[in-house]
Amino acid sequence: MTSLFEVVSEEASADTPIRRLTVTVNGNQHTLDVEPRLLLAHLVRQALGLTGTHVGCDTTNCGACTVLFDGSPVKSCTMFAVQADGHEVTTVEGLASASELDPIQEGFKDEHGLQCGFCTPGMMLSAKALLNENPDPTEDEIRWALSGNLCRCTGYQNIVKAVLRAAAGLRNQEDAGEDETS
Amino acid sequence: MYPSRFSYDAPTTVAEAIDLLRRAGGEAKVLAGGQSLVPMMKLRFASPEMLVDINNIPGLAYHSADPDGTYRIGALCRHEDLEKDAELVTQQPTIAAAAPVIADPIVRTRGTVVGSLCHADPQGDWASVMSALGGSIVAEGPSGRRSIQCAEFVNGPFQNLLEFDELAIEAFVPPPVGARSGGYLKLERRIGDFATVGVAVSVESSGDQVTRAGIGLTGVGPSTICAEAAAELLVGQDLNPETIHRAAELASEISQPRSDHRGSAAYKRHVVATFVTRILSSLELATREAA
Ligand SMILES: Cc1cc2nc3c(=O)[nH]c(=O)nc-3n(C[C@H](O)[C@H](O)[C@H](O)COP(=O)(O)OP(=O)(O)OC[C@H]3O[C@@H](n4cnc5c(N)ncnc54)[C@H](O)[C@@H]3O)c2cc1C
Ligand code: FES
Ligand code: FES
Repeated sequence: MTSLFEVVSEEASADTPIRRLTVTVNGNQHTLDVEPRLLLAHLVRQALGLTGTHVGCDTTNCGACTVLFDGSPVKSCTMFAVQADGHEVTTVEGLASASELDPIQEGFKDEHGLQCGFCTPGMMLSAKALLNENPDPTEDEIRWALSGNLCRCTGYQNIVKAVLRAAAGLRNQEDAGEDETS
Repeated sequence: MYPSRFSYDAPTTVAEAIDLLRRAGGEAKVLAGGQSLVPMMKLRFASPEMLVDINNIPGLAYHSADPDGTYRIGALCRHEDLEKDAELVTQQPTIAAAAPVIADPIVRTRGTVVGSLCHADPQGDWASVMSALGGSIVAEGPSGRRSIQCAEFVNGPFQNLLEFDELAIEAFVPPPVGARSGGYLKLERRIGDFATVGVAVSVESSGDQVTRAGIGLTGVGPSTICAEAAAELLVGQDLNPETIHRAAELASEISQPRSDHRGSAAYKRHVVATFVTRILSSLELATREAA
């Protein structure tokens, strides 16, 4: 058990409300005591050390802090950690396995879908949620699904190409999987 | 940014939630999608002592029609739930047109319609939509339930008629008189921005005659505007270029836009008329086809 209120403030006192929560992040279960005002973004970054989740605007506008909450993209700067009690969170660290990149990451790498990389974790998670629902999206559908994630570098062209390539990669993987089983 | 300190509870029944609100004596706030409340708390525009998170209450995420046609949207129905419902466009065309243009896709996975109505942002889209549809809010408190018309629910910027110990359970739209049609058009500078101009139109018709109509305007006044005169003049008429033109003019006249970074007052007034015309003209076809 980690005590987290010092992440919020130094002067936690006896009447500081503390809640215990159990959350599964990238498949690993964590039980923690936190102050209710701890944001999900800070739980992930400070308590769990998963600094791939970026905080950009901190005002719910940019989408850099996007994580998947039970599979749906959410802005982790706009949710309290306590709300994740009993839920599953996926951060960008949850995409790659030890030996290989996720097809989404391959797509971003191959198509130069990033420059500074600040928006990239959020972009990739929004893209992941899209491809889970719609494995063969059009360019318009990709732009629509990513419209809550701002990028100040790329002009979006290569991001869209990256997601198209990831979608093709995922479909190929599935076809290959089917060939193996048949 | 951190909000100031608060205590938190996530009850699993409506009765428990109401009891928590009652015991907090006005110092608690309801947490629904959090897409307005959390940013306000981080900026310390709001500093509730307690949050009552309703997300763990089962049975509030619905959106569905009763057998008599009453359409109900539960307190945990997210904007996205409506956006992804392919049948909504025939059942509730005005709501179906509005859902995809609220905020951005990530905000829509969490934000709720009822939360938006309660938040009472003068520039919010749902208040115009629900006013045009003649919708109401159902509030539940220690002494039971009551309905409040959406057009009256908001009594000031970011203020509503709920008592501190009342929870908004759902919003509902009464059954149509005849067939339902309508639409919502929104001009925004970029996705995630509030409306430069938003126009909600609801038309109920029998044959080619309008039986009931509602027009709500977003972003062109200090708050949502119900263009009652414009809607009234359609009743008993068919939708023809003349009636459409007059309704568009009246809606434009009643709007009170201000010149700002989103555009000049004259431009916004012009867009109001254009949007009313566009929506009503698209319905004219529907009426004729049905006839
Ligand atoms: C980037 C961004 C862009 C946006 N753009 C738009 C836009 O274009 N158009 C638009 O209309 N909105 C927009 N919004 C607001 C968005 O629609 C929110 O989802 C909505 O205003 C609030 O809904 P919520 O469920 O998140 O409510 P919350 O933030 O949880 O709550 C808002 C308020 O309502 C109260 N409340 C909520 N539910 C209840 C209930 N059941 N009973 C009693 N009180 C309740 C809360 O106590 C709080 O005071 C935007 C938000 C963001 C962050
Ligand atoms: S940091 Fe959360 S939306 Fe920008
Ligand atoms: S790559 Fe720099 S913000 Fe997107």
